[in-house]
Parts: sequence; structure tokens; C-alpha cells
Amino acid sequence: MTDIAIVAYQQSDCVSDAGATNEVELIMPVLQRTFAQAGLTNAQDVDFVCSGSCDYQQGAAFAFVLGVDALGAVPPIKESHVEMDAAWALYESILKIRMGHAESALVYGFGKSSPGELPIVLSQQLDPYYLAPLWVDTISLAAMQARMMLDQGLITERDMAEVVARSRRNAKSNPHAQVNGDVSADDVLAEETYVSPLRRSDCCPVSDGACAIVIATVEKAKEWGKPYAVIKGMDHRIESHNMGMRDITDSQSTRLAAAAVGVNDGRVDVAELYAPFSHQELILSKALGLGEETSINPSGGVLAGNLLMASGLARVGEVFNRIVAGEAERGIAHATSGPCLQHNMITVVEKA
Amino acid sequence: MSEEQDMITDIEVPINLKYNFTAGAAATRFLTQVKKGVLTGQRCPECAQVYIPPRGSCPACGCATEEEVELADKATVQSFTIVSIPIPNNPIQPPYIIANLVADGANISFLHLISECVNEDVHIGQRVQAEWKPEEEWTHAMDNIRYFKPIDEPTVPVDMIGKLPVTGLEG
Ligand SMILES: [Zn+2]
Repeated sequence: MTDIAIVAYQQSDCVSDAGATNEVELIMPVLQRTFAQAGLTNAQDVDFVCSGSCDYQQGAAFAFVLGVDALGAVPPIKESHVEMDAAWALYESILKIRMGHAESALVYGFGKSSPGELPIVLSQQLDPYYLAPLWVDTISLAAMQARMMLDQGLITERDMAEVVARSRRNAKSNPHAQVNGDVSADDVLAEETYVSPLRRSDCCPVSDGACAIVIATVEKAKEWGKPYAVIKGMDHRIESHNMGMRDITDSQSTRLAAAAVGVNDGRVDVAELYAPFSHQELILSKALGLGEETSINPSGGVLAGNLLMASGLARVGEVFNRIVAGEAERGIAHATSGPCLQHNMITVVEKA
Repeated sequence: MSEEQDMITDIEVPINLKYNFTAGAAATRFLTQVKKGVLTGQRCPECAQVYIPPRGSCPACGCATEEEVELADKATVQSFTIVSIPIPNNPIQPPYIIANLVADGANISFLHLISECVNEDVHIGQRVQAEWKPEEEWTHAMDNIRYFKPIDEPTVPVDMIGKLPVTGLEG
């Protein structure tokens, strides 16, 4: 298989409310910085462009089309979109390159989550016949998942609080983080519960923002002469919509995807996991078989800021950043979609 | 087994979601000017095209458009449709004309109505001008202009549509 090089990654700050800024205005500065990092002028300099976003966040039909205004699309570019996190746009772009239809691609994700009532908006991700009409919001479903884990003795509330404390601490070195600081597990446990057993800090914040990545064949990356990391593998698996049909205290799909890309065939220096709730990081770490040698969510993860539809791609970007900075040699990026870790994707990124 | 039941072939699941919609920085500046009875576009620093309503970017070049440009309320018909079928909840009674109009000084069209005309005589390249509502009714909306109506100026050749200066056909 052709290895794919990541040559650039940029993201906006995670902000709780981007205010009057529209999607194009969110994306454009991020794209400008991404092109500059890769030594490109605009989207004309890559062979393919793919974005990830979700119209439900904005509450407007075909909102994703407007994002194209940020690209410089004349003469016409080859462009596509996934109604998902941009990690899946990265997947599509990699397929495009591996099929020989492109040598380079720009992948970007964006979302304004602030305009709607996000947990309710996301309730519509459920199956439309039985679950979505009940309006079960995402936080309640996650709380049910955490409750089942606690009741089965798989985790403790302190385990969850320690995830939060580490995330906040790690986020102190992340200039784009929305929440950070020195918070101890005891501080978290002293908080009142929000949707029991979850406390507010067990839940990721609602964030607005965007991120972008440029990938290319290794040959092309060498030609561009920029530092790069290599995507060695990518796999995604999906489980049932129906909450009663799967064990939500575990993540089978993550385990399957991890096995398919050989996560444990080498040392994992860094793992960026898309865990919107603290207990989900514990599920994922276990499913991935991560040990002491792995630095989990050194960016603070999405508990420090969740650019919905860009957060999965951002996980890949965070691993890329650490590898080109020489802080890690091999890492994995995880992306999720759907309630209670329904759909999961694993990307293995290595030093060139 | 139980007695035979009617087959359920469909269910109704209405979705009601509330959003706090914001127009965006560029559109906000545009709407603020419309409230004052002024049409403004934004010019691309690279290709110099003027966009109305502006969205903050030049879709051709992919760069930010910052320079505000005041446009005329005279425009040219780029294309139009005579609507003969009523649309539910639309207060406008057919037949009426909806058109892509290019304001003088702009390079891209916006949608608006044409009225005070003989529908059958409306044509591409026709010159029209805004018929504004009384000033006290102006809000942050394009319907501060009731419609555009034909004016007595020569038809603009097709290859000139979208290329007129703000001073119009003779300018
Ligand atoms: Zn331009």
C-alpha cells in the first residue's frame, strides 16, 4: 500500500461561541495558515479537497456548500464532502490518492455548535423509527453508559475525575484549548452532578471552530521539501444504532479497527482519543490495549475543546504535530461518531 | 400466533429544533447598510470582482473580501422566471417575476422581484431600478426593496451584464 504523508496541520482556537462569524470566516484563516505551512498558495495547488461538517449543527440545508467559498475554486477544483467528522473526509482523501486519482489533498472540518441546543440536535443521530422520536439527548445516553460501567465495577468516579484532571492539566500547553488548568480529581469529585453520574467537567464543552490538514504521496511530500509524518493505516468499524443491541460498556468496533491497523504491532508513544466524556476515554484506552508507555491526549483531548466535525481530524493533527516535533515516533489517532462511541476510526501515524 | 394486524407503512416524526441564527460578519455589515437604504458589496483584493450580498470571501480566489463598495440601486436583468403556480404560504400572487439582477458596480447577481411591468416584455439585459418601501419601514432585510421596476434605458448587451460600473450603462 502507498504510504500517505501528512505535511501540514492547523486549527482555530476552540471557542464556546464564535458569535457572528460565519463558517467561511471560520475556515479561511485556518486554510491560509495550512497552505502557508505546506508551501502552497491555495486549493488549486492540491489535486483533491474534502471537507467534513454537519448541516444539523447550523440548522441550514446545504450549509456545507458555503464552505467551498473559502477555497478559491476557480478554475473548478475536484471537491467532495462527508456529513461527518473530517476524519472521514481524510479517509475518503486517502482512498482517492491510493486509487491513483490524486497525489495530494486538502482536508478540512468545521462546525459552529453554538447556535443550536447541541445535545438535542445530536439526538437526531439515533435511528429515526424508535430512538430519535424519544429525543434522548447525547449527555443522557453517555450518563447511562457511565452508570452501567460504575454499577458493573469497571470504573470508579475517581477514575473519571482523574481523566478530567489530566485533560485540564495537559490542555495548559495547548494554545487552542477552551478549558484548562490545575484541577485535581478531588476538585472534580467535589462538583455537583449534572446528569448523574456525570459532572459538567466529565462532559466536553460545546465549541465552534475549524481545522485543516494537507496530505500527499510520500514522493510529493519529498518534492515539497516540508517535514512530514506518515499514515501507516486507517480502519473504521460501526456498531448497531440500537442501544440495546450492543455492550456500551465496551467498544468492540474500536478493538476491531485497532486490530486491523496493527495498533499493538509497535510501541504507541502518543494516543489522541476522541472521548467526549471522561469515562469514554477509559473504554477506548482499554479497547486499544494502551499501556503506561503511551501518552494519552497530551493536547487535553476533546474534554478541553470539541470542534465537532473537526475534532476527529484534529486528533490526527495533534499526533502529526508531536511526531514532526520529535516528541513521538509512533502514535494513534481515534475518531468517533454517533452516541456512546458507536462508530470508531483508528489512524496510525509514524515518523517518516 | 396473534391475530392479523394492519401493516404499518409510515410514521410521523416531526422534528423541532431551535437555533440562534447569526448572519455572519460580512452579511451583518451588508444588512446594516440595507437598513439605511444602501446596497453594498465587497471587492476581492485579487480579482477585483464585487460580490453582493457579500459573504466575506471571494469564492473564485478563496481570499477574504474586506473592501466595502457602495452600489447603485439600478440593476440589469441577468435571467428571470415568470411564476404562474402559487406556492403554499407565499403571499405573492402569481403571475409574478423573480429575477437574477446584477446591481450596477457588482459582478454577481442577487434574486429579487420585478414588477410594474408587462410580464411578457421583460427580457435579459433589461434595465431596472429599486422601488423602496417608505423609509420608516426599513429593517435589516432585502425586502426594504418592494421590487425592481423597468426604467427607460437601452438593453445591456449580454456580454456586458455583470460588468457595468456603479455609474451604470452610460457611465
Ligand atoms: Zn477574487
